[in-house]
Amino acid sequence: MIAELGLALLWIAAALACLSLVAGTLFLRGGSKDLAALVRPASVAQGVLTAAAFGLLIALFVRSDMSVELVARNSNSLKPMIFKIAGTWGNHEGSMLLWLMILSLSGGLIAIFEKRLREDTLVATLAAQAALSLGFFAFLLFSSNPFKRLPVAPPDGQGLNPLLQDIGLAFHPPTLYVGYVGLSVAFSFAVGALITREIGPAFARAMRPWVLGSWIFLTLGITAGSYWAYYELGWGGWWFWDPVENVSLVPWLAGAALLHSVAVTATRNALRAWTVMLAVIGFSMSMVGTFIVRSGLLTSVHSFAVDPERGTFLLVLMAIYIGGALTLFALRAGAVAEGKKFALLSREGSLVINNLLLTTILALVLLGTLYPIVAEAMGEKISVGPPYYNRVAGPLALILCLVMVAGPLLSWRKDDGKRLWSRLPLALFAGAAVLFALILFGGKVGILPLLGMTVAGIVAVASLAPLWGRNLRRTPLPTWGMVIAHFGVAVCLAGMGAESAFIKERLVAAAPGDDIRIGDFSVKFAGVKPVAGPNYTAIEGTLVATTSSGSRFTMKPEARTFPGLMGTAPTETNEAALLTRPGGQFYAVLGQPVTSDDGRADRYQIRLWWKPLVWWIWLGGALIAVGATLSMLGRAQLLAIWRARRARKLEERFAP
Amino acid sequence: MKAKHQRLILALVALGGVAGAGVLAASALSDEAAYFRTPVEIEDGKAEVGEAMRLGGMVAKGSIVRQADGLTIRFVATDGKASVPVEYKGIVPDLFGEESGMVADGRMRADGTFVADRILAKHDERYMPPQMGDMPKNMKAAAGV
Amino acid sequence: MTNRWVLFVPLAIMGLLFGAFIYRLVTPAETLIQSQWIDKPMPLFDLPPATAGVEGLKSSQLADGKPRLVNVFASWCIPCRAEAPQLEALKAAGVPIDGIAIRDRPDDVAMFLREYGNPFDRIGADMQSSVQIALGSSGVPETFLIDGKGIIREQIQGVILADQVPEIVAKLEAMK
Repeated sequence: MIAELGLALLWIAAALACLSLVAGTLFLRGGSKDLAALVRPASVAQGVLTAAAFGLLIALFVRSDMSVELVARNSNSLKPMIFKIAGTWGNHEGSMLLWLMILSLSGGLIAIFEKRLREDTLVATLAAQAALSLGFFAFLLFSSNPFKRLPVAPPDGQGLNPLLQDIGLAFHPPTLYVGYVGLSVAFSFAVGALITREIGPAFARAMRPWVLGSWIFLTLGITAGSYWAYYELGWGGWWFWDPVENVSLVPWLAGAALLHSVAVTATRNALRAWTVMLAVIGFSMSMVGTFIVRSGLLTSVHSFAVDPERGTFLLVLMAIYIGGALTLFALRAGAVAEGKKFALLSREGSLVINNLLLTTILALVLLGTLYPIVAEAMGEKISVGPPYYNRVAGPLALILCLVMVAGPLLSWRKDDGKRLWSRLPLALFAGAAVLFALILFGGKVGILPLLGMTVAGIVAVASLAPLWGRNLRRTPLPTWGMVIAHFGVAVCLAGMGAESAFIKERLVAAAPGDDIRIGDFSVKFAGVKPVAGPNYTAIEGTLVATTSSGSRFTMKPEARTFPGLMGTAPTETNEAALLTRPGGQFYAVLGQPVTSDDGRADRYQIRLWWKPLVWWIWLGGALIAVGATLSMLGRAQLLAIWRARRARKLEERFAP
Repeated sequence: MKAKHQRLILALVALGGVAGAGVLAASALSDEAAYFRTPVEIEDGKAEVGEAMRLGGMVAKGSIVRQADGLTIRFVATDGKASVPVEYKGIVPDLFGEESGMVADGRMRADGTFVADRILAKHDERYMPPQMGDMPKNMKAAAGV
Repeated sequence: MTNRWVLFVPLAIMGLLFGAFIYRLVTPAETLIQSQWIDKPMPLFDLPPATAGVEGLKSSQLADGKPRLVNVFASWCIPCRAEAPQLEALKAAGVPIDGIAIRDRPDDVAMFLREYGNPFDRIGADMQSSVQIALGSSGVPETFLIDGKGIIREQIQGVILADQVPEIVAKLEAMK
């Protein structure tokens, strides 16, 4: 019954989306006010019902109901509970339902919370959101029904792949999805504002918390994904410029550009057409990215196989949405009155440069990701790897960081160069200090890491400058948010630079008892012993690292063997061992036993890395997310509402 | 007048920036994009010594030989028509093995050996073409019941 | 005033992007490696029976005048199980099918035939994958279309799909 109920809920929710769309359209074409009154409750109900349907799908996975095809194909009654739950969205149909649920819930949340927009713009926004969800409802119900039953239920399911049982892999996609789909709200706001021609500060302020919110999730998703790849793949890298990583980075870049341009529109009523276009681009990039990965257009370890029919369906949907929004933009944006003027040397000017750089990086990353497709159309098989991205994105990102130094120190509308210069000496001094220290003591350092660390020094000091001379308790939350996020960029950049410049690597075949020197550490390979896990066996190596100060630490990397499932070949994986120190991280991988000439396997391959400051990269990512969160709380005025409510309560209590 | 002047500068900066980025991208793409080659293409002389590329093929049965240092392996990558010796120093990826597909990043050495910096393994024993997805009868079969 | 046509630039870029996607959807990536033996005679081999109660397979048996299929499979290969109904359908359409079991144990092969049916006239055991390699086959399942003179005419990599069955029957018919 659960599956049938879930399907019924989906159909009802789709009908409600249809209702919102039709009622909203009729109202906007001059229909009665009663029609507009329908849209809000319908959006809320649609959100609730879709969430309930998703809840029912989780219930089916929890109960291991193998009569449902999706469960039988992707789950197994022997799986640990947490992976049964995660299995819900670890497949095509379930992840589409998750996508749709977030889309519908955001529509519902706009309907509940948005009070600042004009009524007709809000109705247009909700109608746009309903139109978006309607397409994905059609996709789900007609070509990817997650609740489909099997004629005969198999005794157990086939989803028991040990490689997919990873907690990071289980919760990474939903985080990114919230970010991707959150941008749909900005898209709908943009479409709504274009329809009613209400493009101005009110629209920007309504959109702002949503942009920040989804950008927080994208930041967290990308940061966590980077760390997952780092410890799980055993290659010790933190960013591979894999297509899957790129398609999550592209919406993040669009979101970063959007949240800065929306600040200009909200505060100064300028850059209006640009903000609208970025809002359209942000969600478009989310859809294109998801589509590229899901359809197998670009091969990657994470891609689900999607058949061409489904791929075409998604492509048509996207063409309608993106093409429709861009056509509307082309027709209406010309009529958008020119925004308020500003000088080049002003806060607005710096944000314009920030936006130009971010969109350029976005375009170059997208170009690198799609170039293999284009090249193949011309008959060459090509892969675009890290050297390309480092070369094009690296320098632009550094310039972007320098603009970030100046931007927050400039005042709106117009500033003068001397004033800016007078606020910079400390930051420039910090940068110079880093540069000299690196040249004097750093040895041979590549030009990009060298500049990266120097810029990080400048940014770290300059990012704190907006707090100077301020009463910290009275500094508004968004300012705190900006300072922390910009400081986070500096931390992240310093981590990347230090890791690339000073990484130490050793690859040895060592026998138990051997000492390996790496950096300031001496590592003793104490030996190996067999261990057994819940569904694997492993060889566990013991490495004892001694620091120059004499402290000792033990690391236990494993080489695991999962038995072949249902007659398939056994799978071997390497579990890296990590040791976090204040100055960086130690990373150890145990490889295969090495057979000597006399046939004895007495040595083992061991790969060691010392990665200075590497954890600063993720710390920086987390700081950026924290900063954006503070900023969002300030913008959404939740705190103000809460304070007002508390004040009212206190008043009531002391009222006579 | 002043404002208009500023706008013009901004537009020029933007235009220059975009053009610069285009040039940067074009030169980086032509320098850094690595060709995807198969052994037969290498045999046909399509690969220059020292040029970064990606090699795809099968690991020939019985060809994996570990060198005396215990770290370097040599094997033969084949596509059925031609084969190329490959040398790699390091720990091979989780799914690497004889007769499995592999993709290697690296470059050709003058002696005709492909020196890999990184090896990616492909595992396809469980791969099912997407068209199979909706067939309940086969599903049952595939589930091994 | 902004030039109006500038506003259409994003739309145009999107059009180009989608053009590339459509192209790619219509022409899926060519990732198959074709055997060097196409249009050449079968390499010489003589394989022992893969399990009790079946005949082994010799290359000379493939040139008996009747076009046929040679299916490379294994009991441990999951897609091969999914392919079984299509082989049965081909068998029912009168197509002779020979099998080569790759790196397999006799008991497992027998089990596989019991569970998923036996459409094969003969099954050779290729314990070392030597014939598979000689054929330039890169995985299981793979199927070779062989004409009456023992010459390989086509190689199908991966599972034969249900809608490919009539096409294969027609092709073999044309070779007669």
